[in-house]
Amino acid sequence: MTETAGDDPPVDRAPIFKAPIFKDGEADGRYTPEWFANRALIYGVLILWAFICLFPIYWTISTSFKIAPDVMKGNMLPWYDYDPAWLGWRSLGLSPDTIGSESTVREEFFKRFVNSTITALASSTLAVLLGSLAAYGLSRFDYRWAWMKNDDISFFFLSQLILPPVVLALPILVLYRELGLLDTRIGLILLYTLSVLPIVIWIMRDQFAGIPTELEEAAMVDGLGAWGAFFTIILPIALPGMVAAFILSLVLTWNEYFFAALLTSTHANTLPVMVASQTGSQGISWWSMAALSTAAILPLIVIGVFLERFIIKGMAAGAVK
Amino acid sequence: MSNSAHLHVVTSDNIGPARIRLGKGLIWGSAALLGLVALAQTSTSFGWFDFGFTSWRPTLYAFCLWATALCWAQVLIRGEHGKRALFVLPAALFVISLTVFPLLFGLIIAFSSWNLSSPDGRQFNDVQNLVQMWNDPFYWNAMGNMVWYVLAIIVEYAIAFGLALLLNAQISARKFFRVAFLLPLMLSPVAVSWMVGKSMLEARFGPIARLARFLGWEDPSFFSSPIMAKLTIMIMDAWTFIPFMMIMLLAGLQAIPKELTEASRVDGATGWRSFWEVTFPLMLPVSITAVMIRIIFKLKLADIVINVTSGGPGGATDTVTSFIFREYRERSNVGYGTMLAMVYLVLIVIFMTILMKLAARYARPRT
Repeated sequence: MTETAGDDPPVDRAPIFKAPIFKDGEADGRYTPEWFANRALIYGVLILWAFICLFPIYWTISTSFKIAPDVMKGNMLPWYDYDPAWLGWRSLGLSPDTIGSESTVREEFFKRFVNSTITALASSTLAVLLGSLAAYGLSRFDYRWAWMKNDDISFFFLSQLILPPVVLALPILVLYRELGLLDTRIGLILLYTLSVLPIVIWIMRDQFAGIPTELEEAAMVDGLGAWGAFFTIILPIALPGMVAAFILSLVLTWNEYFFAALLTSTHANTLPVMVASQTGSQGISWWSMAALSTAAILPLIVIGVFLERFIIKGMAAGAVK
Repeated sequence: MSNSAHLHVVTSDNIGPARIRLGKGLIWGSAALLGLVALAQTSTSFGWFDFGFTSWRPTLYAFCLWATALCWAQVLIRGEHGKRALFVLPAALFVISLTVFPLLFGLIIAFSSWNLSSPDGRQFNDVQNLVQMWNDPFYWNAMGNMVWYVLAIIVEYAIAFGLALLLNAQISARKFFRVAFLLPLMLSPVAVSWMVGKSMLEARFGPIARLARFLGWEDPSFFSSPIMAKLTIMIMDAWTFIPFMMIMLLAGLQAIPKELTEASRVDGATGWRSFWEVTFPLMLPVSITAVMIRIIFKLKLADIVINVTSGGPGGATDTVTSFIFREYRERSNVGYGTMLAMVYLVLIVIFMTILMKLAARYARPRT
């Protein structure tokens, strides 16, 4: 991949519609009504879709500051048609007046939060580590194991993507029960690593394929081994790709629900499991659910806003060859 | 990836017979240890002889030891070549031990009746699970739903392509729109199912229900009729995953050489014709990749269904995954659930193979 989606196209690029390539006379340089209509249409659609994307997030955050009548009346604008209250956050123990006091809900929330953080970080790290090494090896050396060659081994790794989690879920459940790994973070970390590994290999293979082999050849002539060349020469170059793979894995593992719901019960629950269990038991306390959902999605919104470049880079890998 | 890209280095290792013996000793020694521990545990679990194990953990540790010894021995026996094998070996061992082994184990479970909460334990029951599956209308109903869900990808693809084209046009505030469009993908499906499914679609005072009433729909209910419920789930899933396809397509659009579109414009192609005859054919490989990955993700769809409708009304929104999840939750029969999952896997593999063959035929650039 030479160009990522994160790069803005050059400024001197002609508009995709009604673009005069040759400016022969005055008339070609002028803005026509047709041009304005086109612009209005484009921005109209863009703004509409941005609204569709952002409104649910706005709705959730604003609901966490509402009290019951505001929710029932469907008030939407803070200070204009409802007064923000800390009701939702108080029920989580996170409002200014309750933050200092003891709160079992807050403790519960933090426990889940820590579980989610640890499992997501650990499994992403492990996946990037294993996946980068494998992708590097497959892009540089010839392997032969039984009848499998490089392409077959690559396919073996990538084919894991097709495997639906439900196929592994029940056998793993039984195995974990025997191994005493049920309801532990390690159990979840192993499974999450497995589920993002193909994606990491997919991204990293693309990264390494873009790095010329002459670099390592030069390093090896200078006396470095395969691993030395990898760590000193290749790793720094491939680092942006690794960050992209890491963040994409982070998003996927943070949001994972299916395995977490099946394999954890009291100790290793992650945030999505907590959110899901609340919807069942107390369906109508909108504000506290909204506060909980906000707290669960906020870390990823922050990542999305600030590290958008890497996420796009990760997803664009493999799209363009 | 062509073979010429591979690194060719000639190495000369001096590996003595003692070193090879040490390496082989490591592999076989740790394997023997693994076998011994496993044997001891088997005998404990069958009650032949009590070694005092409470779980199968020790076997797991022995397995980890064996895996480490295997990696180390590669270097001992094969020198520089072994070091190269070490790049791929850990990942391969990891994947094999976490998928291939459970899958084989799953095959055994699939042909047995095993209720985890009953004390009887596992019992083989031949093909009873298969027979039960054949006569289970809910399973085939869920399978049928999957077809509809996968077909919805066509619409998602059209929307994603449109958005990618817009983002690729000359617009200002591109960065803002890109971030805004990307955000739905970052949200956890569970949070989305509450935010959108439970609160915004709430029939009495959810904002979308309000909007629907304002637009003249008397009694907006999104989950009461089967078709409506299915559509709602499709839309919610599309909302989360359209950004994914959009980004891949955008990357493809930006990789199209500017000269090509300009040349077509010089030749007089405008608007639609330029799109259908230049952009779309050029985007075909990227499109196929994006749609393929989207199909793979769609076949795993479960979180939203489990949390919003739990399959209802009357199984209209059930996906195979959510159905098996409920089947396990309600009856905790692992045997039947595993059989359903295995059959699903076989069908998916067949379906994806056909799809990839077709894609390979149509994606080939026409000359």
